[in-house]
Amino acid sequence: MARGKTPGLNTGSMSDISFLLLTFFLLTSSINTDQGIQRKLPPPPKKQTEDTKVHKRDVLVVLVNMNDQIMVNSEFLPDVKMLKDKTKEFIANPGNDETLSEKKKVYIQELGSEESVSKGVVSLQNDRGTSYEMYIAVQNQLTAAFNELRDEFSNARFGKNFNNLNNAQRKGVQKVIPINISEAEPVNYGGNK
Amino acid sequence: MGRFKKEVSKSTPDLNMGSMSDIIFMFLFFFMVITTMRESSLFVTIHLPQATEVQKLEKKSLVANINIGEPNSQYVAKLGHEPRIQLNDQFAEVSDIAQFVEEERMSRDEASRNKITWSLKVDKKVKMGIVTDVKQELRHSNAFKVNYSSAKGKQ
Repeated sequence: MARGKTPGLNTGSMSDISFLLLTFFLLTSSINTDQGIQRKLPPPPKKQTEDTKVHKRDVLVVLVNMNDQIMVNSEFLPDVKMLKDKTKEFIANPGNDETLSEKKKVYIQELGSEESVSKGVVSLQNDRGTSYEMYIAVQNQLTAAFNELRDEFSNARFGKNFNNLNNAQRKGVQKVIPINISEAEPVNYGGNK
Repeated sequence: MGRFKKEVSKSTPDLNMGSMSDIIFMFLFFFMVITTMRESSLFVTIHLPQATEVQKLEKKSLVANINIGEPNSQYVAKLGHEPRIQLNDQFAEVSDIAQFVEEERMSRDEASRNKITWSLKVDKKVKMGIVTDVKQELRHSNAFKVNYSSAKGKQ
């Protein structure tokens, strides 16, 4: 090896590179953002008297007991995964079944047309002994049902998924298929805790 | 004067830039070490449930966390295995929620007070009883926007 004098490297731009790296990571690193299922709680009940009348056929009663068993409209449901299709069928009611939710015609301003909006409400009631995991599973199935209905409607109308619509269209679709999940006032059936 | 002028060379001497990058890297490491996430110190164990229909929370500054889970092993002797609520950096009771809501609201500017999302980070093994109590407290404090924090995954 010949030990000659090596030419000096120009390292001035090294700092630029490390600065670039620094700024890149500063900007792109988002401190692990939270994700989850978002819900709006109802305001606390004012008086017992203002009970709005809802027909029996317009309510899908979902009960979850302390053993994480699910009952939908007094029928035992063996698996949570069936809840999505049950809910979709109940809300969409394609065959205008007398036992499923009733639909009414509503003029939707954003879409400029009259649409049939389901009056259906999903009433969710869980026990104090229900596990949180099951509760989330049920909430997830219900959300999935409404999301799929919205996607189906958006695809039929605009040829796009709900998430790809513009704001006005999205508002319109939200009005056609509102997420009506009502959580009943808590009760204690299955013993303490 | 003329005598001195002769001795000053016309070209400025080269600065050695090699150590510049070291300084920058030191900066980088300094900030990397010094930044700790505020809510990283959890006193309760939380394994989030999984869900497929998760949405991302958009504004991190508008999120307040409520953690519920079994106390960590070093607190078990004192508190037992019953699930506990952790607000900010301390254990709390259900009755503390109202005050927590008020404090979180006050720490934000007026325009964004009603836009706070209350993120419930609850262990999947926890029973709904305590969660329902917390939700009732939130409702009574007019805190309606709730997020059930869950990991994206299969059901």
